[in-house]
Amino acid sequence: MKELKLMKGNEAIAEGAIRCGVDGYFGYPITPQSEVLEHLMAEKPYEKTGMVVLQAESEVASINMVYGGAALGKKVMTSSSSPGVSLMQEGISYMAGAELPGLVVNVVRGGPGLGTIQPSQADYFQTVKGGGHGDYRLITLAPAFVQEMYDFVELAFELSFKYRNPAMMLSDGIIGQVMEKVEVGDYQPRWTNEYIRKNCPWALTGKTSDRPHNIVTSLELEAARQERVNLRLQEKYRKIEETEVRFEKTMCDDAEYLIVAYGSSARISQKAIELAREQGIKVGLFRPITLWPFPSKAIHAMSKQLKGILFVEMSAGQMVEDVKLAVGCNIPVEHYGRFGGIIPSPSEVVAALKEKLVK
Amino acid sequence: MAFKGTLVIDTEKCKGCAVCIEGCPQKVIALSKNVNGKGYNYLEMINEDACIGCANCAILCPDGVIEVYRVKV
Amino acid sequence: MKREDIIKPENLVYRRTPVLTDNVMHYCPGCGHGLIHRLIAEVIEEMEIQDNTLAVAPVGCSVLAYNYFDVDCVEAAHGRAPALATAMKRLRPDQFVFTYQGDGDLAAIGTAETIHACNRGENIVMIFVNNGIYGMTGGQMAPTTLEGMKTSTSPYGRETDLMGNPLRITELLAQLPGTYYVTRQAVYTPALVRKCKKAIRTAFENQKLNKGTSFIEVVSNCNSGWKLTPVKSNEWLEENMLPKYPLGDIKVPEK
Repeated sequence: MKELKLMKGNEAIAEGAIRCGVDGYFGYPITPQSEVLEHLMAEKPYEKTGMVVLQAESEVASINMVYGGAALGKKVMTSSSSPGVSLMQEGISYMAGAELPGLVVNVVRGGPGLGTIQPSQADYFQTVKGGGHGDYRLITLAPAFVQEMYDFVELAFELSFKYRNPAMMLSDGIIGQVMEKVEVGDYQPRWTNEYIRKNCPWALTGKTSDRPHNIVTSLELEAARQERVNLRLQEKYRKIEETEVRFEKTMCDDAEYLIVAYGSSARISQKAIELAREQGIKVGLFRPITLWPFPSKAIHAMSKQLKGILFVEMSAGQMVEDVKLAVGCNIPVEHYGRFGGIIPSPSEVVAALKEKLVK
Repeated sequence: MAFKGTLVIDTEKCKGCAVCIEGCPQKVIALSKNVNGKGYNYLEMINEDACIGCANCAILCPDGVIEVYRVKV
Repeated sequence: MKREDIIKPENLVYRRTPVLTDNVMHYCPGCGHGLIHRLIAEVIEEMEIQDNTLAVAPVGCSVLAYNYFDVDCVEAAHGRAPALATAMKRLRPDQFVFTYQGDGDLAAIGTAETIHACNRGENIVMIFVNNGIYGMTGGQMAPTTLEGMKTSTSPYGRETDLMGNPLRITELLAQLPGTYYVTRQAVYTPALVRKCKKAIRTAFENQKLNKGTSFIEVVSNCNSGWKLTPVKSNEWLEENMLPKYPLGDIKVPEK
């Protein structure tokens, strides 16, 4: 029988982590995501599954604890909100360079600077265009439901280990704080050290006589070799782009107009397309689930049937650049955003759709 | 009881830092006038008969290039 | 007696430990790093824990330490080795975990990670090599640079009014309840080398007994940065470094 729970998004992340067999969580309190660590501490997973939970001295320490744990082939994660994730960028870059799996959850709040504790989606650039130094990419999942906060923890680790690449869940203060029904799964056992030794031959498991010592590093001083490292990474990224794109389409078959939105903005836009259709506007919703790899091809394929695309995001317009690239500017692409912690209403979105595109 | 010792020096890996020479109580070792492949004046035994195999040189060597053997005489 | 008669396996009294790889270390001639690496490796060999030891290398001169220790190694971001080691030991308590850091890494950029790992009493061994200078980047001022000492970023000598005071972080860490064993060693004479090795052995034995953090500072040289010959740099170390950084145990468990 299905087990249902009423949970906050942040709690669902914690619950998902415990139940899918995560080995370690290292985090630092910051609004609006502190419930992740609070829930973990309250649930005592170290007694249930042996999962390690530790409140670190900073986000810098958190991400480097994740780096250390990931080097062992363990499933380790952290979560934070925007200013904290900015602090983590160094460690994320190291993990990408050392090709380590791992999960970072960003429950985004308004910026720049200390900004506000209200929801925002202004960390898109930071997440999918780099953030830290060097040519690297993060597998980026954008949950729009509390259920997805739960489910995507497991999915993120699956993808992250498949490609030996860090993953990010780009959430926001709405999904983190809202309570919804969640169907939770059984407690899955954590990987044994023996399993890791067999399945993660790169991991630090203790050097045995049957193999040379393993080294996890992102350093390669010789330029020619460092270029080869980069070429290998780029090849991996192309493979991810070909294989792992995820998105959801709603009422798109007959759509003349399209709203593209992810996360909370997709929830708001879902209501907006219902309102717009009541007014006779044939509009559909395209929700990217992976922000990197971005579903460019799918949006491009749809553009032939469209008169225009409205992009809705709680930012000054970040993902809109990727949407414009996807459609090659063949049709009008407009952006509607509120930012700094203000959440747009569905009727505002409909008004923007009419003003900017339907006319 | 006395000891008689000798050294096997990996002259190609020696960097000629001379730290070991300071530690030798018997003045057995010195830097060669010749250089190795890396251009360092490497370590050599100049007074092998005096070596007592105390291993002080090897203990001080940052690069672990000295092997020490010793017998009772 | 002929040399050939002495060089026999049964007469071997000292050889390079197999817990170090065959790679030629990139350190400058006479640098203490190689020696300190060797002592750690010898302790690992003697305790027969090569198969279950994990090393964390820093950023700085010893960034490539992972090429020399023949154990599984990870290379940390600058200053973050104690954070990595924290997670590693908690996730694999069956493994011995040690960090290896220089003064810039441990006592400047990584101060927070250092203090908090020690304060939590993480059950790890921390090796701290203090030569009072940034070697890798070309001889800049470090947190432990002595007053009046010339470096490339204190070319007229460290002025404490302007640049702060040399940091005795080891004494500071000894104040924390999480540290179990805190000591300061050096490696420029055979007797000191033997003593330092004994301290490293004690630290690893402490980890075996789950005692908390063992912290070993090794006051070392940087002949390139100090612009002295290796032999002169050891003399300079004794005369100048040791008055500020005196050798000996700072915190030992009560028996």
